[in-house]
Amino acid sequence: MIRIKHLSAHYQTVQGTVKATEDVAFDIFDNEILGIAGESGCGKTTLMKAIYGNVEPPMFIASGSIELEVEELGEQKIIPNHEIHRYWWDYISYIPQASMSVLNPVVRIKDQFLDSYLRAEVRALGKQALLDRMAAYLQELELPPEVLNAFPHQLSGGMRQRVIVALATFVHPKFVLADEPTTALDVVVQRGILTMLMNLQKQLHNTFVIVSHDMGVHYQITDRMVIMYAGKVAEIARTDVLFERPQHPYTEMLINSLPRVGDDQQRAGIGGRPPSLLNPPGGCRFADRCYLADAYCRQVQPDLVEVEPGHFVACLKRAPSLALTTTESSHRGDAGK
Amino acid sequence: MTGKSLEIRNVSKIYRIGGLIGATKIAAVDRVNLSLSLEAGQAQVLSLVGESGSGKTTLARMILHLVQPTHGEIIIDGMNTGGRLSRSQLRIFRRRAQPIFQNPFESFSSRKTVDSYLFETARNILGAKSKADAYKAVDEALVNVGLSAERVIGRYPNQFSGGELQRISVARAMIPHPELLVADEPVSMIDASMRMNVVNLFKKLRDEFNVTILYITHDLSTAYYVSDRIAIMYRGNIVESGPSAAVLKKPVHPYTELLLDSVAKIGEKWGEVVRLPDMETKEYGYVGCKFAERCPYVRDICRKVKPPMVAAEDGREVLCFKPVDYEDVEQKQVTK
Repeated sequence: MIRIKHLSAHYQTVQGTVKATEDVAFDIFDNEILGIAGESGCGKTTLMKAIYGNVEPPMFIASGSIELEVEELGEQKIIPNHEIHRYWWDYISYIPQASMSVLNPVVRIKDQFLDSYLRAEVRALGKQALLDRMAAYLQELELPPEVLNAFPHQLSGGMRQRVIVALATFVHPKFVLADEPTTALDVVVQRGILTMLMNLQKQLHNTFVIVSHDMGVHYQITDRMVIMYAGKVAEIARTDVLFERPQHPYTEMLINSLPRVGDDQQRAGIGGRPPSLLNPPGGCRFADRCYLADAYCRQVQPDLVEVEPGHFVACLKRAPSLALTTTESSHRGDAGK
Repeated sequence: MTGKSLEIRNVSKIYRIGGLIGATKIAAVDRVNLSLSLEAGQAQVLSLVGESGSGKTTLARMILHLVQPTHGEIIIDGMNTGGRLSRSQLRIFRRRAQPIFQNPFESFSSRKTVDSYLFETARNILGAKSKADAYKAVDEALVNVGLSAERVIGRYPNQFSGGELQRISVARAMIPHPELLVADEPVSMIDASMRMNVVNLFKKLRDEFNVTILYITHDLSTAYYVSDRIAIMYRGNIVESGPSAAVLKKPVHPYTELLLDSVAKIGEKWGEVVRLPDMETKEYGYVGCKFAERCPYVRDICRKVKPPMVAAEDGREVLCFKPVDYEDVEQKQVTK
């Protein structure tokens, strides 16, 4: 499993430090599809980069850590975040956002994979044997094996994305992180790719972490969800529980804001915008846009509170914390004023 | 046709793909017919829905006179805008039809204050003579989208959220009081919490300012929410069009059915697996129905003959053999 321990990952910019994620803490279990939802700028991509151990300036880890638990030669080992990169591809692989455009346009698909992450496998098996296995693997996933010989521009966006997902799981990594894997794609192709991800997970019994702003996508494929808002975790729950009884007002809004086909109800967006992460407010970060918020919410930071087994909420109104007046939060509350 | 209207007659756009040798021709838009009344009191929102490569953006760009059609005519209020336009014609045209683009962060330069775009539109297209006139027009447009000149003037794009910027683009487009707004994926780059503010704005503009809106999207749920009529495009053809509630609640064309089934809905999980196309470019070249290879109801005739546009009672049109019982139509086609 992966343990995220009170992680604060920030960016150093000319204007100051952007606190992209702050005090994020949750576990990613084995054999699950975990969804991370939230809007642009809520820190989901930053969190993914940190989990993947790909921390490069201007991003840095201000406090906290991430631990990857791996089994090597029958032994349980805990890998700290600065060493995660040694386990890339074999244990943990990452499908970045806009991965359709990360491919080199003048190199055939197969060469891009053979020359980069499969070098160890090429040495062990030989190039041709490996290519045969890749072709067989693609066929298993109902993709035409000819795509290996194609240049990226010869494939449609949806096909490219499917090939990337397939090849990223080729060596059966324990963890696959996918950042907005279907965002630029059409509904039909999106459905195809998500179904493929679900089937892969069932086959491999590994863990997928899916970042998406689309709650429909989460409903369809994830087992558990983390809702983020302005760099902090707002709610964590099993997906069915989250949709049935969302506790955080922001989660409610994410689920209910968009219309559905066949539903004639009038809908309204919510006013305001997320706070600047250069200088986040002292209290609850959603307070300015929340219909429940009062003066108290603007002063005190809510902690994540377990309201039922496995269901955590950070809201002073819905889940009043037992430790409301911890020195930490009251201190921050004063600083923000 | 008399009166104010947008008439799209048999319009095609053919692109060549590939180099000098071995280039293939692709009809991005293939003989499309569409007519929209722009008469006062008849304003409506028409959604143009389709996946990438369906030709919806190409069609929109042709309507906006940004791309020339290869064949066919596009007529706005009696003026054919399919060919070249003189300067004065262009100005008249820009007063009638205005665009709203997909990515508000790209439509405004980060080095200019956003109001400069508004004032330029007021001067050049509306023809405001004095600074005071221009200011009045800009302020009015901004108030109509729920903002105000004070809040906007002198600020740069990075000081606004995506939703606000998109509302400013709508305000800019509304300055010359157009009859037609063409909005290409206007909310796809905007966060869920702010998306509905923009979508509701379209309803308001239709009702209060009598502007007809062509809403181009791949999102069926906002299309259902906002539009009066809907046209579904696939590989350059409009395959089904009609009143949006009827089309989306009871789709007739198999492609519309597939689209609706594929939406990642909340509250209803997906059923069995769908078939995805392998090589999509091939489909543009099909003689018969372009959806034939993926269609669960396909028969031989679908691959050989272009399907007819079938009209139904509820005001919809469907480009398909299925509703007319494959056989009959085949004979009609042969005797023609």
